[in-house]
Amino acid sequence: MNLFEPFQFAFFRNGIIVAVLAGAICGLIGVYVVLRQMSYIGHGLSHSIFGGAAASAVLSVNFYLGAGLWGLLSALMIGRVARRGKIGSDAAIGVITTASFAMGLALSNLFGQAKRSIDAVLFGSILGVGGTDVLAVLGAGVLSVVVIYACYRHLLFATFDPEVANVSGVNVARMEALLMLMLAITILFTMKVMGVLLISAMLVTPAATARMMTNSFARMLTIAPIIGALCGFTGMLLSYHIDVSPGATIILIASTVFLVVFTVTGSRGRRNVAGLGHH
Amino acid sequence: MTSTARSLVEVDGVSHSYGGPLVLDHIHLSVEAGSFLGVIGPSGSGKTTLLRLILGSLSPTIGTVNREPNLRVAYVPQVETVNWNFPITVSEVVLMSRPPSIRRPWATESERRDVSEVLEQLGLAGLGDRHIRELSGGQQQRVFLARALHRKPDLLVLDEPTSGVDVRTRHEVVHLLTDLHRDGMAVVLTTHDINGLATHLPRIACVNRELIALGSPRDVLTPQVLERTYGAPMEVLEHGGLLLVTDSPLATS
Repeated sequence: MNLFEPFQFAFFRNGIIVAVLAGAICGLIGVYVVLRQMSYIGHGLSHSIFGGAAASAVLSVNFYLGAGLWGLLSALMIGRVARRGKIGSDAAIGVITTASFAMGLALSNLFGQAKRSIDAVLFGSILGVGGTDVLAVLGAGVLSVVVIYACYRHLLFATFDPEVANVSGVNVARMEALLMLMLAITILFTMKVMGVLLISAMLVTPAATARMMTNSFARMLTIAPIIGALCGFTGMLLSYHIDVSPGATIILIASTVFLVVFTVTGSRGRRNVAGLGHH
Repeated sequence: MTSTARSLVEVDGVSHSYGGPLVLDHIHLSVEAGSFLGVIGPSGSGKTTLLRLILGSLSPTIGTVNREPNLRVAYVPQVETVNWNFPITVSEVVLMSRPPSIRRPWATESERRDVSEVLEQLGLAGLGDRHIRELSGGQQQRVFLARALHRKPDLLVLDEPTSGVDVRTRHEVVHLLTDLHRDGMAVVLTTHDINGLATHLPRIACVNRELIALGSPRDVLTPQVLERTYGAPMEVLEHGGLLLVTDSPLATS
């Protein structure tokens, strides 16, 4: 078996570039997702965007446009329902995103001809990854790095201690909105390879693994995207050879890395992960 | 503090509610430059709400809070509210308080110098690279004081600075705050610790939904005021020139 045989195919080269970039972006944004306990929002948003992806496929609308607008609408609705007060934001996320996901499934059943692209969105695929997708993911990656570089200290302050940040001149609401936007962009531009059902794991696993390896925020922000990118590369390569969907393979590699680091770092690492978000 | 001292924050006829009954009712209070004010009262009496109104993180339901333009405020929250598992070092905590004029993640040479100075001032020299969980209770409290001081504030606001700390740390905190006040910084804090902290302050405010009394400990700490504030009889003793408040069930008011 020639390990590098798939590199002769253009679709695979596109796919692996997207997988590496997607892994790195998920790792980078995942640091904030994990430390701010936003993983359920990531999970919900990806399910919600599936409704938009299915509708886009059925109506033959551009995937990024349709699914992006749908995701934005869902995020606004979650905010509106959660602000009613009697319903917590977790319940609001559960209601709205599951309804959107169910609508995606219904569309999939009603319009069978769109089934293939909907399956690709659910489980991830490299077959549908073209030059435009490579550029889109590259754009999302550059945007993430620029935003985090420019707002590093404000994002860190707003994540670590929002109340004190607020009275120290940091616009915490703006930083939170920025993070939500970055999360939505990350999900939107990486879901083709990862798949809706698995992307939330990629937002959590590399960052949680990095947390076990360091006590410094700056180092965590460097380690997590490296782990994500390496998992993207090896996962995609393995996916071709064992003929399993790329999303599943990448997540299984990331989970294995987590398990190894969890075992090697011993009680210190375990305490770091168990304590994530705990005050 | 003189009567002509400029007012940094003016709380004028403020009432506040979180959607239900009023938490604070018709509060008038002034924080002058160079003043040192302790706010005491039982749990749920509105102390922290009053701090948040002074800080500007809450807007009053009724009334106004006027702050001096460009007032630089620093806030030290209760150590219990800190996420000790967050991956952050002592230097990173201190550095975050002063938003940079240059947008880059790492510290400049002058910022690193400032952080070292403030860490040294608080007896934390050499601990900059430690994770915040690896420090003793007193050191942890001082890290957050260091973050506040790094901001070079006109007004320092602290929520329960001696809560959950041992006697030695409490003494350190009280001495440090006294020194800062002596150097001209205005300080406002809340505390449950009447004997260990409030009796040593120049001015205290007794709060329980309303402002029950405001003045020097000797004027304010009377059995009548304390019973109105805490809803239980309390006794005030004097020992060696110091006031001592007891909540003995046998106390008579």
